[in-house]
Amino acid sequence: MTMRRTERPTGRRPRWAAAAVALIGATLLALPAGALAQCPQTSVADLEDEVMCPVCGTPLALATEAPQAQRERRFILGLVEQCRSKEEIKTALVAEFGESVLALPEGGGFELAAYLVPGLALLLGAGALGVAFVRWRRSGRSRTLRDAAAAPTDPAAEAALEADLKRYDL
Amino acid sequence: MTRFAIPISGVVGVLAIIGLLAYGVGSAAPDTGIDAALASGERVVAPAISLPPLAGGEEVSLDDYRGEVVVLNYWASWCEPCRAESPLLERFHERIEDRGGTVLGVDVNDVTSDAQAFIREFDLTYPMLRDADGETQTRFGVAAYPETIVLDRQGRIAALRRGPVDETFLRTKVLPLLEEPA
Repeated sequence: MTMRRTERPTGRRPRWAAAAVALIGATLLALPAGALAQCPQTSVADLEDEVMCPVCGTPLALATEAPQAQRERRFILGLVEQCRSKEEIKTALVAEFGESVLALPEGGGFELAAYLVPGLALLLGAGALGVAFVRWRRSGRSRTLRDAAAAPTDPAAEAALEADLKRYDL
Repeated sequence: MTRFAIPISGVVGVLAIIGLLAYGVGSAAPDTGIDAALASGERVVAPAISLPPLAGGEEVSLDDYRGEVVVLNYWASWCEPCRAESPLLERFHERIEDRGGTVLGVDVNDVTSDAQAFIREFDLTYPMLRDADGETQTRFGVAAYPETIVLDRQGRIAALRRGPVDETFLRTKVLPLLEEPA
């Protein structure tokens, strides 16, 4: 007697798999986009040194007591709790306070000075250091040559050298 | 000649940095010319400014108020003295609006939702503009909040108060302007 193995309908598994995939996809689509991202994405502390307290004229991290800074922190905290990214929060801050809220401005014109002045200062400093080093090396070398020329000679060594030169008829 | 090239370029570089810093500080400094003009009894034409309403919408120009006496008040919701003067400004606005005058608020450096909560708290009905980064305030020499500039019907600055206004200031500086022809 031969046992006949029960055969599964061949088309059933792919249909189940497709249904499962569709269900998972629908569930994911139904979730808010923010829930999929890591939440919170940033923190007030992370942003504090990258944005300004516009009225105080200092980065927010340094403006601890100013009322405007406290309001700004509260505003940022609200956005952090909404799971907004750092860039999204910066965009929202610019919309509220203008470009000047960014510690490192993104605009052109005079704002470029924020990047150019430190760069220029760095170049000038490096140039000055380079010039000083070259001068120091030059003065050191010429001093060594001068010292060597001015060094007193040992009469015994002088006599030995003279004898060697005579011996080899040089 | 090359001997002087490096020191000269160093000096030029340092001067360039100083110049940039001076320009930056100078361009951000508030204008004090208005105070001087008022002190000599002169009325200067108000700077032309255009700002969006706090509630959103098309920009409003100060010129749109030409013909009215305008009490231009720079404020922020986080500013304590602004809280103290707001009820007075509202009462004064109600008093002058039928006589060709208005209080015009400019909310500066503020979170919009905070400013709107402030307006609801004090039931402020006068028009409100929004200057997100305080760009217009330097043209009036505003350096702190609140500050109030009074414009006559011809759009000239007739008075200003650097600090909170009081009943006496409004009565003596604004009410006479309402009697002047447009």
